[in-house]
Amino acid sequence: MAALYSDFWARLFKNKLAVAGLAVVVALFFVAVFAHSFAPYPPDLIDTSQVLEAPSKQHFLGTDILGRDVLSRMIHGAGVSLSVGFVAVGISTFIAVILGALAGYYGGVVERIVMRFVDIMLCFPSFFLILAVIAFIGPSIYNIMIVIGVTSWMGVTRLVRAEFLSLKERDFVQAAIAQGASDLRVIFIHCLPNAMAPVLVAATLGVAHAVLVESSLSFLGIGVQPPDPSWGNMLTEGKDNIEIAWWLSVFPGLAILITVMGYNLLGEGIRDTLDPRLRR
Amino acid sequence: MEPGLNQVGAENACRRVCLGSDVGYRSRLFAALRGGFFVTPIASQTAPSADATEALVRIERLVKYFPVKEGFLRKADLYIHAVDGVDLEIRRSETLGLVGESGCGKSTLGRLVLRLEKPTSGRILFEGRDINTLGSTEMKRLRRRMQIIFQDPYSSLNPRRTVYSTLAEPLIIHGIGSRSERRARVLALAEEVGLRPEHLDRYPHEFSGGQRQRIGIARALALNPGLIIADEPVSALDVSIRSQVINLLEDLQERHGLTYLFISHDLSVVEHISDRVAVMYLGKIVELGDRYQIFAEPLHPYTEALLSAVPAPDPELTLDRVILEGDVPSPIDPPSGCRFHPRCRLRIPTCFEIEPPLNDVGNGHSAACHVRAPVEEIQALPETLHI
Repeated sequence: MAALYSDFWARLFKNKLAVAGLAVVVALFFVAVFAHSFAPYPPDLIDTSQVLEAPSKQHFLGTDILGRDVLSRMIHGAGVSLSVGFVAVGISTFIAVILGALAGYYGGVVERIVMRFVDIMLCFPSFFLILAVIAFIGPSIYNIMIVIGVTSWMGVTRLVRAEFLSLKERDFVQAAIAQGASDLRVIFIHCLPNAMAPVLVAATLGVAHAVLVESSLSFLGIGVQPPDPSWGNMLTEGKDNIEIAWWLSVFPGLAILITVMGYNLLGEGIRDTLDPRLRR
Repeated sequence: MEPGLNQVGAENACRRVCLGSDVGYRSRLFAALRGGFFVTPIASQTAPSADATEALVRIERLVKYFPVKEGFLRKADLYIHAVDGVDLEIRRSETLGLVGESGCGKSTLGRLVLRLEKPTSGRILFEGRDINTLGSTEMKRLRRRMQIIFQDPYSSLNPRRTVYSTLAEPLIIHGIGSRSERRARVLALAEEVGLRPEHLDRYPHEFSGGQRQRIGIARALALNPGLIIADEPVSALDVSIRSQVINLLEDLQERHGLTYLFISHDLSVVEHISDRVAVMYLGKIVELGDRYQIFAEPLHPYTEALLSAVPAPDPELTLDRVILEGDVPSPIDPPSGCRFHPRCRLRIPTCFEIEPPLNDVGNGHSAACHVRAPVEEIQALPETLHI
């Protein structure tokens, strides 16, 4: 990134909540990548002699109804949550940047069509739209990534369009046009790099949203399918035995809570750091 | 505090600087203000006659209206009359000053010449070719011949790009030279505007306003253009930097035979740098002439008012000021007849009814005024263009 943000990290580190969020995000990333080294047991190892064991030294977070280690399953579930989060946000940000840039830069008919399409998409309650689509095309982790991605680009599209509306009037953009730069060059070299700060913030917050949606879908049984572990479907399995085995529900629930909070805190921290009005 | 006391205080402060003991600051300030240009005695040099010099740019009946509000399916019914029927020519290797109050359409006119805006009607001929009928390849080739320098050196440079990439960009766009040839060209450009080689790897925010303006000038020069639209190039700069940048622009003009359209509201700068001057009011040219004619023998009452508003760096000098009454009328609904009549001290009944044409009174000096430059027989001109 340009020297303009050379003190970005220094200022971000002054924000304690953002640092906490960053720590959670980084820790989860390592856990997900090195799941096989961290997990004490294979995630699908069934041990019928150890059914519904409370947390102990052998099983830090207890075992489930099939005797599988809860901690190991949660560690493997982290990868599912994060990959859904990142891929879905990648898809939605890609759509948003392209549509927002076209709408903001060209204006006129292009803008009207794109922005009305945004309004139409926003009319649907997105969670029920996702439910309906998944019910139709069948649950799988890839379908979830795609569906979450194509139903959550509207906010960022509006953001990118607003940035482009003001950027295209800036003198340096006009100078590039006066030099004969092509539209692609003006959009991708002059406008887009100057519009990325709010997009980065929105993407970070978007990961939290996608993780939550994936958990909800898995909880409802149309997300990640058992026996593959995900925090959402672990909650589902836990709810039947919640009176006798609280650990089955509490720990996956906490994992979702901490992950979502981590991304939200980091996203808000980045926003505060990049916002020139909050600079000291 | 009473307003009277306040005024006395300000006058005293002014006296201290101008007449008092702070000699060092005074001489520096005056040198900067004058820069050789404030009260320069104008030699009665006449501009080359109109027939002898060829027009580089010819603007014909140029009109640009901006819609005020446009709905989803509804067409706008209110328009800002930014440029409203301008005829003008820019001659090769001259500096044409374009002056007027804020919002009179000066910048829009400059942007139209570069085809950064599409005109509502009218033509702009660059070396005889209408720039708005050119295809994209031809237009791209033509863009090498005309460039722009902006007013605000803080928004005219991309904050994410180094000076080097900003200066090399026009060469890359037009596929000029190899990598090493481009490097040599950028270094030469930097030297020409007074930047050091080590400046090239820095980002715009590391420079002062004057240095940034030099980068903007170097960028405009990169493609060896013939015409440069200078849109208030020194208005945002400190007075002491101003004269340096003006001198740089003049040197470059001499070295490269550049033609300038110099847009400004600062009359002392325009007086210094221009060969000819056009005065604009509410989207129209109201007076046009060489620098001597405009500054020493102004015809139009608006030009007179502008000239008398120039601050003189001498508190003892009391000018017979022509004070303009009222505000600039709305460019959405400009006054009938002569646009200047509501504020004019010379107005006669004709001014309310009939729009005065830009009338040549001889020696290339023309003005649009019923009193000062009357036309023998006036036939009513179409007031506004209907679109």
